[in-house]
Amino acid sequence: MTALGTFFDGIGLGGEVLGLLWLVPALPLAAFLVLVLGGKWLPRRAIASLGAGSVGLAAVLAVVVAAVFLTDYPADGTFSQTLWTWLSSGGLQPTMTFHLDRLSLVMMLVCTGVGFLILVYAAGYMAEDPGYRRFFVYMDLFLFFMLVLVLADDLLLLFLGWEGVGLCSYLLIGFWYRDPANGLAARKAFIVTRVGDAAFIAGLLVLFTELGATGIGELMDAAAEHWPVGSVPAVAAAMLLLGGAVGKSAQLPLQVWLPDAMAGPTPVSALIHAATMVTAGVYLIARLLPLYELAPAVLTLIGAIGALTLVLAAFAAIGSHDIKRILAYSTISQVGYMIMALGVGAVSAAMFHLVSHAFFKALLFLCAGAVIQSLGGEHDVRRMGGLWRRRPLTFIGFLAGAASLAAVPLVTAGYYSKELILSEALASGGSAGRLLWLAGTVGALLTGMYAFRSVFMVFLGRPKTGITDRPGLSMRLPILVLAVLALMGGLIDMPTLLGGLDHVRNPEQSTQWLTEAISVAAGLLGILAAYVAFATGPGSLLPRWLEDFAGAGLGFDWVYDRLFVQPSLALVRVIRNDPVDQSLEGLGRAVGRAHRWLSATQTGRLRWYASATAMGGVLVVGAMMLLSVQS
Amino acid sequence: MTPIPPDHALYVAAALFALGLTGVLARRNLLFVLMSLEVMLNAAGLAFVAGGARWGQADGQIMFLLVLTLAAAEVAIGLALLLAVHLRVGSLDGDLLSRLRG
Repeated sequence: MTALGTFFDGIGLGGEVLGLLWLVPALPLAAFLVLVLGGKWLPRRAIASLGAGSVGLAAVLAVVVAAVFLTDYPADGTFSQTLWTWLSSGGLQPTMTFHLDRLSLVMMLVCTGVGFLILVYAAGYMAEDPGYRRFFVYMDLFLFFMLVLVLADDLLLLFLGWEGVGLCSYLLIGFWYRDPANGLAARKAFIVTRVGDAAFIAGLLVLFTELGATGIGELMDAAAEHWPVGSVPAVAAAMLLLGGAVGKSAQLPLQVWLPDAMAGPTPVSALIHAATMVTAGVYLIARLLPLYELAPAVLTLIGAIGALTLVLAAFAAIGSHDIKRILAYSTISQVGYMIMALGVGAVSAAMFHLVSHAFFKALLFLCAGAVIQSLGGEHDVRRMGGLWRRRPLTFIGFLAGAASLAAVPLVTAGYYSKELILSEALASGGSAGRLLWLAGTVGALLTGMYAFRSVFMVFLGRPKTGITDRPGLSMRLPILVLAVLALMGGLIDMPTLLGGLDHVRNPEQSTQWLTEAISVAAGLLGILAAYVAFATGPGSLLPRWLEDFAGAGLGFDWVYDRLFVQPSLALVRVIRNDPVDQSLEGLGRAVGRAHRWLSATQTGRLRWYASATAMGGVLVVGAMMLLSVQS
Repeated sequence: MTPIPPDHALYVAAALFALGLTGVLARRNLLFVLMSLEVMLNAAGLAFVAGGARWGQADGQIMFLLVLTLAAAEVAIGLALLLAVHLRVGSLDGDLLSRLRG
């Protein structure tokens, strides 16, 4: 590292390289623009190399920037690059500023690196799709917005990226829009995350009106200065921003959109709904941790949400049969681990798990995509089997991913990050810490069960269906790279890298080996249970009724349907004919009817008019006489 | 010679008016309608004169002169219209002229 730093300094690029930071998000944006405006005339090969190549270039640049940043460490640990003032309106002056610290550095590397691998994979996976260009357009746009989100120094700019990735998520879930079910899933994802985003906006407004700034650094300083711990505006802002994070990261109670989001193409599920976008909520809370330190009650709530989510989602994964839904529930569960880690202030553990999760979950999705494509679009694990002999690389990749997911000790990245989270949870002390640890351990047991249930059902046993063409090189290479990362990623010394960000209280080292052994045993026990269930029966780990209940998302969809969807639809049915408009329509109809009546009196006969006039005269005179008599 | 009581004059005027109105409403020939209108105008004129005699004022007679002028003008226009109608329709039946029916 130091050698690299001297190398850059030697060629006089030390400062200039960091100045290239803006290019990292700009490269995907440029590819997006070229593909949108001129992609029609490009051949498929050029579309793929432009779409994936730009991200690859961004990844290389990100690595270079990271190397320079870490060797030539700036004094205050951050690097900011202001491009221009976004808008200037009174006190509101958000700037287009990119901010680099160790947190955003890690996220930037994950987004570009994993993004590049997935796009390479997609170049092969989507080869037959008529929407090839559209796919890369959306993906590049997504990566641009994701990088804006990650690098934003201003909360409003972060929100721009936040909404942008939401838009791209919507577009990509509904990528195969000819099937109405996919459009429905896309709308569901958009609307459910919108609930969280509304809270995000409200939280942003609370921060801005109370503190008069939108820059994240300024906000955190001002909050620490003006607000005592537990004060009302701090708790309100923390709660509202948590709502945004919960929506985006698919945590309880807004987790219902993610399983349905699997309607999109598999590379989309890998990139957006596993590796990057759904972890944006974790990143947001990590960035704003100084604010959350001012609201300890909210931190406790975050821990509880994470713990509850990780157990429930893992349970739902056991009952699912669609391979992508299993992975979706698994994502919810693993993000739950990260959220739980944030709840005890362990940012480095959360980010470590975020990175290893990005590796192994992207790997699992890519392998699942290869499996699905090999079996001609089959999603149901009950109709798969015996693939290990004919798809050895996919099998090894999936096995590596599942092992990392189930935290198989010592050889996987997931083991190191998950153990770190569990020990940090326990170290946070008290019965709350022990409860979080217990939830995490139960989650580890369930994780081992569902992860290896799908491994056994898909790859072992006897083949049940025919098999089509094998995945091309562009699909096998990313699987190989990610498999290595999923296993070796634990060697990255993330806690040291992110050490300065932690707010962990009082770690108790003495009992650590025992609790660690228990949680490791839980994971292995889950794997064993999955094997026993597979070897002795149809692979179900639960009784039938419980399995149906778990597979249906634990009834959340049902409850939300009754509680929100149906009343909304009823309201829509009432107002679809616009009652207010109806009253005005009635006025119009009354005028029309009066017109018909009155025009009937216009007979065109002179004598009729004369007699009407005479009658009128008689009436008027009669009335006048009566009145004069009375007075 | 006892003066005619104003009541009687008014009764005659009312009777004339009613006759004229009946003519206007009942006759279809426009010429007769016009004549009935004249009768109604004269009924009104008679009522003015009777009123003027009752209060010994000249106003009633002045109003009658006005009514006469009005009647003359009305007849002039009315007869011209009548001729035009007869030229156009070939008949003086007022009920035939119903093109403005709603």
